[in-house]
Amino acid sequence: MPETRFTKDHEWVRRDGAIFTVGITNHAQAALGDLVFIELPEPGRSVEAGEACAVVESVKAASDVFAPMSGTIAAVNGAIIEDPALVNRAAESEGWFFQLTPASPEAFEDLLDATAYRVLLETP
Amino acid sequence: MRLVVDLGAGLGMESSSAELALSPLDGLHRALGARMVPFAGYVMPLSYPSGILAEHRACRTHAALFDVSHMGQAELLGVGGDAALEHLVPGDLLGLKRGRQRYTLLTGHAGGILDDLMVARLAPERLFLVVNAANKVADFARITAHLSHGPHLVPRPDRALLAFQGPRAAGLLGEISQGFTALPFMGVAEGEIAGINCLVSRSGYTGEDGFEISVAGAEAEALARRLLALPGVVPAGLGARDVLRLEAGLCLHGQDIDATTTPVEADLAWTIAKRRRATADFPGARPILEALGAGPARLRIGLRLEGRAPARAGAPIIAAGEDIGHLTSGGFSPSLNAPIGMGYVVTPAPEPGARLAVRVRGQDLPAHRVTLPFIPHRYAN
Repeated sequence: MPETRFTKDHEWVRRDGAIFTVGITNHAQAALGDLVFIELPEPGRSVEAGEACAVVESVKAASDVFAPMSGTIAAVNGAIIEDPALVNRAAESEGWFFQLTPASPEAFEDLLDATAYRVLLETP
Repeated sequence: MRLVVDLGAGLGMESSSAELALSPLDGLHRALGARMVPFAGYVMPLSYPSGILAEHRACRTHAALFDVSHMGQAELLGVGGDAALEHLVPGDLLGLKRGRQRYTLLTGHAGGILDDLMVARLAPERLFLVVNAANKVADFARITAHLSHGPHLVPRPDRALLAFQGPRAAGLLGEISQGFTALPFMGVAEGEIAGINCLVSRSGYTGEDGFEISVAGAEAEALARRLLALPGVVPAGLGARDVLRLEAGLCLHGQDIDATTTPVEADLAWTIAKRRRATADFPGARPILEALGAGPARLRIGLRLEGRAPARAGAPIIAAGEDIGHLTSGGFSPSLNAPIGMGYVVTPAPEPGARLAVRVRGQDLPAHRVTLPFIPHRYAN
C-alpha cells in the first residue's frame, strides 16, 4: 500500500514497496507559478538528506529542490524536463521529479505525514 | 524547495507589514484572488490566479490592466517650473509641447541616474510628473529643494495610476470614452472614462500600445472594474509587468540603472537633448558629455541564451573565458520561448550576434548578444 510523506521544504515522498518517488507539493507549484525550466540530478548520484539536487524555475522565481532522504538517485522523470508545466498540472502525480534508493529506508518514518504537513501550511 | 522570487528592485524591501502602504485597489486585488507581495513599501499584486504567462499573453495579444498606484505622482505648478526642472535633468523640457509627455532622467553630479521619470505638460504652467515608487520621497525632496520663488511641487498621493496595455487597449478604451484613442504615442489629455475624470497618457512599460491613467484614488476601483468588464481584459500583476518590460528592453531603476550608472553606459544617451548638450547645465553634464565623446567604459546590452535555463540578475557574462560584466535583469521570455537578459559589459562591447556565455550555478550557458528591444515596440504613431 503506497504511503506519502512530506518535508517542511514542500517536497513529497511516496513509498511504494522499495521505490521512493519524490516531487514538489501542489502548494509549492502554486507558489512558484508557471514553471519554465527544471534541472534534475544524474541517475546514480549519491545525495545527502537536505542536499540541493534539482532546480525549478518559473517565469519570475527560482528554487532548489532538496533530497528528502539520503540515498542514490535511481531514476528521473524526463517528461517534466520536456514539459515543465506538467508539474503545475499534476505536481503530486505525473509531475514527479526523481526516484531514490534510500541509504536507510527507516528515514521515511521521520518525514511529516499528511496531517503534519497540512498543519505546517496553515501555520503562518 | 526554497522559493526565491526574483522581481528585482523593490521586491521584499525591508519593511514590516505595519509600515506597508496599500493601493486604493487593494480590496479589488484581494477580491480577484491576487497573490500580494511587498514592493517598494507597498503591498502590490504579483499575479492573479490565471498566472504570469496568461497575463503576459493577454497584454501581448489583447489587453491587460495593471495597478501601478505605488508610483509617485506630482504636479509642478507655476511660471518657470520647466526651466527649474531642467536644472536636474538632461531632457528638453522648455521644448515640451502642451499635451505631450517626455521620458527623462534625474542625474547626479557624478553623472549617475538618480531616477527615471515621465514629465507631461498639461498646461503652459502645469507639468505632471510620474516617478518610481522607491525614489519618490527623495525625488520630490530634490526637486523641491531646487525650486526658489514661483513654481512649486505638489505631490499627489491622493491619485491612483492604472496601466491599460495591449494591442486591443485603444479599441476597447474607445468603447467607454471619447478622444483618448486619437492621442499619439506620448500624448496626454484630461477627460472622462465612463464618466470618471482621468488624466490619460498614451504610454506604458510593456512595449505595447496602451494608456497610463491617473485617477482620484476614491474613483480608482470603479474605473478598474469598468475596464476589467470590457471583453477579454484581464488583470495583470507586477510579475507579468517585469517580464513585459524586460522583453521590451526597458530599464528598471534600482536594477538596470542607478546612481552608479550613467545615461551613456545605460544606452540612454538619446534622452540627452541636443540643446542640453550645448548648454551642459544639468547635474553630471561634464562626465556624461565626456563619455558621449570618448565612449563609455561599459555598456548595457541584451543577451539571448540558448537552452531553456533562465539566468537571473547578477549572473556573470563571459566572453572567450573572460568575465566581462554581469546581468542586471534576466528571466524567461514567453514571447521568444527562451531565456533573455540584459546587463553591462566592458567596452568595446561584443557586436550583436557575438557568441558569449552566462554563468549560472557554475556552468557557462551559451548566449549571444542581441539588439534591444528583444520584442519590437508596437506603440501608436
